[in-house]
Amino acid sequence: MARVLIIIPAYNEESTVADVVKAVKEHSPASDVVVVNDGSADGTAREARSAGAVVLNHTFNMGIGATVQTGFRYALKNGYDIAVQVDGDGQHPPEHIKDIVKPVIEGRADLVVGSRFLGVGDYKPSVARGAGIAIFSKVVSFIVGVKMTDTTSGFRASGKRVIEYLAGNYPDDYPEVEALVLLHKKGFAIMETAVGMEERKGGQSSITPVSSVYYMFKVMLAICVDLIKKVK
Amino acid sequence: MSAVQTFSIIISLGLFVLVIDFIRRGLLKEKYSVLWIVSSLIILALSIWQGVLDRIAVMLGVSYAPSLLFLVALIFVLLILLHFSVAISVLTDRTKRLAQDIAILRQEKEAAGDEEKK
Repeated sequence: MARVLIIIPAYNEESTVADVVKAVKEHSPASDVVVVNDGSADGTAREARSAGAVVLNHTFNMGIGATVQTGFRYALKNGYDIAVQVDGDGQHPPEHIKDIVKPVIEGRADLVVGSRFLGVGDYKPSVARGAGIAIFSKVVSFIVGVKMTDTTSGFRASGKRVIEYLAGNYPDDYPEVEALVLLHKKGFAIMETAVGMEERKGGQSSITPVSSVYYMFKVMLAICVDLIKKVK
Repeated sequence: MSAVQTFSIIISLGLFVLVIDFIRRGLLKEKYSVLWIVSSLIILALSIWQGVLDRIAVMLGVSYAPSLLFLVALIFVLLILLHFSVAISVLTDRTKRLAQDIAILRQEKEAAGDEEKK
């Protein structure tokens, strides 16, 4: 039986994190749950602990990349076979965890990304965001050589070798997109699977519509840097 | 000796002395001081031996030789800044790793404490 760790990165999400932990535990009772609290100023750590999660507290805020990486390091240290990332704001459906874990267990992929755009659920992005998502999808699909429809999705399952790699090298700036490029360069098999997602229940997206063009530019730049980067 | 020459000799000599003093007092790590020492010495040398500066200026087509000194100084400043950016990147990465280790170790310690209570 594969040991599965659910990693929930959380920053100021006291209103949703407990529900997420409970829902995750309900849908995958055999898994362990770790909440990585990225220096929240509110009661995120308390809420997560009372819901029964192991809580790792960052002393100060370091961003989503470092937060998820702490989870991977914990997974590596404790010998987990599979690590699943689920956002602490409640937009990732815990009932789909088994769907993204399955291909990893069966050895069909090293990394499985849960995509909102493969027909399940009714998530509708705004026009600006939709355009951005489409462009990222084209660029990343071209680089990775597999069709990727939801490159910014943080709902993922990683196998043992990916855990080992990402624990040592996790991108900081735009980790979801960048990790795909880096993992592909390392020769890992990446695939997507359909999941429905909800509008986030609390917290705020890190991307506002006004800054979306600038955001796209920065992500493209980061992808270019990743392409020329020497992978260790 | 022209006024600008005297001025640049004093400034570059002062810089060199300051760097050496900082190293001596342990305020500046040797690792970060190499570029400072090299740049202050080169600017000092070019200020003292104006003939060399003039010849390089003619070679590059710079009509006013002392302005070449600014260019040399600017190039060194850029190199030093780049060096700092690299140093900051390394430190950022190390800080991150330390903070991650602390988060994991603190959890382990708390978990061990809970076990003992039981």
